[in-house]
Amino acid sequence: MDHQPPPFFKRGPAPLALLSFYVALSLALLIADARLQMLEMVRQALSLFTHPLQNLAHLPARLADNASGHFVSVTRLQDENTQLKRARLDNVATLLRTQQLEVENARLRKLLALKERQQANGQTAQILYAARDPYSRRIVIDKGLQDRVLAGQPVIDDAGIVGQVTRVFPFVAEVTLITDKEQTVPVQIVRTGQRSVIFGLGNGQLELRFLPANVDVQEGDVLVTSGLDGVFLPGFPVAKVVRVERDTSYSFARIFCMPLAGVENFSEVMVLDSRPAITLPEQLAKDAAGRELKPSARPGHGKKKRLKKE
Amino acid sequence: MQTSYSSSRILLPVRPWFIGFSLLAALLLNLLPTSVWLGVPDWLSLVLVFWSIREPRRVGMGIAFLLGLAMDVADASLLGQHALAYVLATYGASSLSRRILWFPLGQQALQIFPLLLLVQVVQFGMRMLMIGGDFPGLAYFLGPCIATLSWPLLTVLLLLPQHQPVDHDANRPL
Repeated sequence: MDHQPPPFFKRGPAPLALLSFYVALSLALLIADARLQMLEMVRQALSLFTHPLQNLAHLPARLADNASGHFVSVTRLQDENTQLKRARLDNVATLLRTQQLEVENARLRKLLALKERQQANGQTAQILYAARDPYSRRIVIDKGLQDRVLAGQPVIDDAGIVGQVTRVFPFVAEVTLITDKEQTVPVQIVRTGQRSVIFGLGNGQLELRFLPANVDVQEGDVLVTSGLDGVFLPGFPVAKVVRVERDTSYSFARIFCMPLAGVENFSEVMVLDSRPAITLPEQLAKDAAGRELKPSARPGHGKKKRLKKE
Repeated sequence: MQTSYSSSRILLPVRPWFIGFSLLAALLLNLLPTSVWLGVPDWLSLVLVFWSIREPRRVGMGIAFLLGLAMDVADASLLGQHALAYVLATYGASSLSRRILWFPLGQQALQIFPLLLLVQVVQFGMRMLMIGGDFPGLAYFLGPCIATLSWPLLTVLLLLPQHQPVDHDANRPL
């Protein structure tokens, strides 16, 4: 090398020793992360270093975006403006009626001594990027612990449910999309009121499982959240049935759905506040406390297990 | 500093900051939201393999491990998945480094290909072992192929600073 004396004696540990050290370290990390799920703190600390790098990587794209936004022609802006004004006028009638309906609904619910519906509140966030991982459907948004985002919060866009926050870093948060293989959402069919659970397939589609072959489901049926999980507020659109296969050799129908929200798009989303915990009856709460020996960091996991048991 | 088969020209010593800069640039390229396109290579593994072949004493498994951890956090994959793959690839590359430079660039690329494939296979295997899941499709292995094809170009590009003459000659700039 260069002009240094040849390193006869200072070569450090043998390459094979180094290799086994690093391999052992990585394997330990892998096991600790995948099996024991105890590295969330380490991940958060590391993200403090990678976050500025990510910002740096996205900087050119953002600058270009800003610049092109700056030079958008006036006519296009005017067009858009008139369009938006018209859309607002169109919506005003529905909005005014909704307000009146909400009040009426609250009054009727009070009369019936039912619990009041919770208002949906939240904060908007920008999707930064989708994870490179080909195995999972996850996106990263630009709100994190700093903005009081918590794991488990539902994420929606203007058309419906997008997913659920599964990991929170200081400045960003990771959202598992409803099309992810590990994500499940309790839903109900709007037309019939049938309750079920929808599973992501990992290829952009969703599937309604465990419904009998003769179930009343048609193509085009809209599924909304049922709110039974205590995480998602009831009534948000989730998916639309696109294909129903009734094979007599299986006892269940195979029902495939497409998400209604722009799950694979890059746009703005809204992180809804978590719902207050539903108080369980005493006996149930005791059972649950006995079962939750190992609280999992991923709410999707825990929820799925519980649903399977039911 | 090693000479290569095709040119017996003696290169300038590499500048350490340039190694750091190229690794950082590769990391930034990896962090770009390019996952929507098929077959985008893992730039970081390519540059790591390059430098551990050219400069095995400067770029080793320690750097590979740290960069792998950074990728794991940024990518929301299992912690240690990229780190393990990069460490193995770096080890393989540094053990190749004594002989591979005697081959022309095309044949070098052929020897690099198994290393880059290893990076993908290790990640896939760890994923299967720890969490399970199914085969992501052959497009997952398209990245290494494209990375292999870009090896000659990358070599020329990363060796450019070392091709500059020591004394500047106004008549012959290169």
